[in-house]
Amino acid sequence: MKRTTKDIVVKSLTGMSVLLILFVIVAILTVTFIGGWSHLSWEFLTEFPKEGMTKGGIFPAVVGTAVMTLIMTLVAVPFGAITAIYLAEYASERSILAKTIRFAVKTLAVVPSIIFGLFGLGFFIKFVGFNADKLLFAGELHWGQPNILWASLTMALLTLPIVIVSVEESIRTVPREVREASLALGATKWQTIRQVVLPGSITGILTGTILAISRGAGEVAPILFTGAAYYLAELPTSLSDQFMSLGYHIYIMSTQSTNVDETLPIQFATTLVLLLLTFSLSLVAVVLRYRIRKKVK
Amino acid sequence: MKDIKVNVKDLSVFYGTNMALNKISMEIPEKKVTAFIGPSGCGKSTFLRTLNRMNDLIDNVRIEGEVWMDDIDIYHKDVDVVNLRKKVGMIFQKSNPFAKSIYENIAYGPKINGISQKQKLDEIVELSLKQAAIWDEVKDRLHDSALGLSGGQQQRICIARTLAVNPDIILMDEPASALDPISTAHVEALIHELKKYYTIIIVTHNMQQAARTSDLTAFFYLGELVEMDKTRTIFTNPAKKQTEDYISGRFG
Repeated sequence: MKRTTKDIVVKSLTGMSVLLILFVIVAILTVTFIGGWSHLSWEFLTEFPKEGMTKGGIFPAVVGTAVMTLIMTLVAVPFGAITAIYLAEYASERSILAKTIRFAVKTLAVVPSIIFGLFGLGFFIKFVGFNADKLLFAGELHWGQPNILWASLTMALLTLPIVIVSVEESIRTVPREVREASLALGATKWQTIRQVVLPGSITGILTGTILAISRGAGEVAPILFTGAAYYLAELPTSLSDQFMSLGYHIYIMSTQSTNVDETLPIQFATTLVLLLLTFSLSLVAVVLRYRIRKKVK
Repeated sequence: MKDIKVNVKDLSVFYGTNMALNKISMEIPEKKVTAFIGPSGCGKSTFLRTLNRMNDLIDNVRIEGEVWMDDIDIYHKDVDVVNLRKKVGMIFQKSNPFAKSIYENIAYGPKINGISQKQKLDEIVELSLKQAAIWDEVKDRLHDSALGLSGGQQQRICIARTLAVNPDIILMDEPASALDPISTAHVEALIHELKKYYTIIIVTHNMQQAARTSDLTAFFYLGELVEMDKTRTIFTNPAKKQTEDYISGRFG
């Protein structure tokens, strides 16, 4: 009797938690859809903002987010994957270096994103950029100011822990016996990693990549000081140009707007685009995983 | 006795300060089946894994003594472990095919050895699968995943994969312990066939299996080699009382 009562209590508690989560998701999606769907159109995606950003589209923000995310991925994934391979395959359990890296990764993962922004400002712009200008351009300002490269690199630092952790975890799911089989056939360690371990953990690598991308696509704080622009009349043409980003655009529209009634639908529609973007990325991750699992059975 | 293939001299293995093997010396003949028996933790698997230097992968392991194969001490500092493992193949307790197709599993070894010609690879794959007595079962689905096969078939795929690199010696670490009786019979029949061409060393928990498959048997206990002799002698008239107690089931 007592046991069944407990069961019922636990069941209803867990059920309620699930419902609560579902409610939050449904509420966010419903509100965003109702507010933004009617404003969403091809023109909205392909036009520049007009009339003090109270009309027009979000084209430069879409492009800016895409390019920033791409550069970020190109930096974070190879670096993260190589670090993960080192941690999982080469470092011994007691290695001080490996312990230090693990500690650094854990710490990086809990650093607030705004701190990454400040770090990017201090390190990439004030230190690297400023000194590069001094050396290459005799002090003329090229790299010592916010731009899409520094913003992407800052974002790469933020997403690096996600990539490292997920790639290392998936590398570790490859059974020891399978590695031994490869080594026993006379494969070198690198051949084993390259041909057995990495293909066996490709799912995790992809998942890590996509998680990092969807995180990076939505973050605002790290790019505040390092490259995001309020408004640009032109698309960035070089790495040393500033860019517009979806997340920052939403922030501006909701805090700096000159005409709330006019910009509200734009805000909703921009939010919807950002949500759809991150959702579809997650969907791609799910589909890829499913396909690969099916292929290797 | 025929030619000696492996000659072990005073081999000791330590894990940290723990001694796992104490001054083992033995001679293993060519193209025969040698079985290692003994209770769990007696060091027989550790000993097997010193023969292709698989223990090198473990942190904190120390190995003393010499292991001569043909005219090479495999623990000499100039020995290339990768080359050694090409000559000394290994079959594991749990079948461990790669998450690749049957064909790719077999072709893996030849490919890392630099064979890339499709026709040559096809030949090796077919020959190896035939030698491992599994060709007829898989010839129509070479490009299906090896993970879709039964445990017994997977283990023969692993044997074929080892044969594809053309080793001199095949080490088997309880190769049938996870298999049903019919698959076990397949593997044992295969061992009998393979000893014509290869030197086979097998670790087993199953005394009948040792008796059925091997020419020589070595009994290990607590990291020591208690005795080694012709299998028939070990099972009918062992020299040491410990051996007799073990094979008659009084301990272990």
